Amino acid sequence: MKALFAILARDMGLARQGWGLALGFFALFVTLMPLAVGPNLEVLRQLGPGMIWLGAALATLISLDRLYQADVEDGSVDQLLLSGMPLEVLVLGKVAAHWLTTILPLVIVAPLLGVMLNLEGQALWALAISLAVGTPALSFIGSIAAAMTAGQRRGGPLLSILVLPLFVPTLIFGAASAASSGEGLAFLGAVTLLSAAISPFASAAALRLHVS
Amino acid sequence: MLIECDGLSCVRGDAALFQALSFDLEPGGALLVRGANGVGKTSLLRMLPGFLRPSAGTILIDGETPADRADRIHFVGHSDGLKASQSARQHLSFWSNLLNGPGNVDEALAIWGLTAIANLPCGVLSAGQRRRLVLARLLVAERDLWVLDEPTAPLDRAASKIFIDQVATYRSKGGIVAVATHLDLAIGNALEIRLGEGVQI
Repeated sequence: MKALFAILARDMGLARQGWGLALGFFALFVTLMPLAVGPNLEVLRQLGPGMIWLGAALATLISLDRLYQADVEDGSVDQLLLSGMPLEVLVLGKVAAHWLTTILPLVIVAPLLGVMLNLEGQALWALAISLAVGTPALSFIGSIAAAMTAGQRRGGPLLSILVLPLFVPTLIFGAASAASSGEGLAFLGAVTLLSAAISPFASAAALRLHVS
Repeated sequence: MLIECDGLSCVRGDAALFQALSFDLEPGGALLVRGANGVGKTSLLRMLPGFLRPSAGTILIDGETPADRADRIHFVGHSDGLKASQSARQHLSFWSNLLNGPGNVDEALAIWGLTAIANLPCGVLSAGQRRRLVLARLLVAERDLWVLDEPTAPLDRAASKIFIDQVATYRSKGGIVAVATHLDLAIGNALEIRLGEGVQI
């Protein structure tokens, strides 16, 4: 447990520079959307939840490439393997730090952006709850692809191609749940739990491939 | 800890780097790996903690595979694992917690003469200071084997002296060191392997 908290605290400290980037991207993406589709309030209300979910997925994507790359490049992974803790546990700590520092701010500002898109009352709550339940899946799934591409010099574009198809179930159930005031929330939760169960093992296995 | 290496060979790509290398290391022992650039010093050292699998031969640590005993090993390689925005003290505290050490971070900083710069971010440290900090990590958690790849290259004379003293202290308490270097390090009574030339004692 001590090791888990140690890596969680370290990554949260190191993430200070990165979290604003994803948040800024997310806010800009949602702000630009009415400029693209026009100011019809009814159209905005219908597209809103889906656009906010898409924005959250893309913002997650741009924050993923540094998740493991720095540790692989500077040799920290070697030492992590010698810690006596299973790498899977350390991965869990890193993913938790990523979600808390980078994604949680998006979940918090999403209702404000929702107001801008003419969502109100019940719809705002549904949006916030769906994001809170579903976005951990984005971090967990993204972690696998980030671990696979961590050793690549130009891993970013490859990462996008790997990770966006994997975001499909989360995006479908997340946007559906947000748009329908909570229907499909159970499926969204299931996607999150499934990804949480698989991701530490898959990410750790991918990371081990970079050590030789 | 007893390390038994039997018939180690390393093939990388098409090149056979070394073949049929056998040696044992006992508590208090030391291994010095020497040789020209590219003869496989780093490859040999990376086999000891199990990062790299030998092309042939076996490594047993207390009768187990290196991966099973990984939590008894310190490894210092070329890349130093320092984060530019973390301070020296934060770096050592982190590894002390992660490696389940006794929490003697200030003592380790003092031994390596880093107390005055303990709160500076690693990004502004000089090459020698960075190396001192990496070697201070060896002191914040107890391990039975230190695997050190070119540990002293950026160090000044005073820091090299600290390194030699620390290695001697560590060996007197039963620790084992495995060092690759091209410098003349005063590590006495060591098994010396000159890669490309065979084994000498």
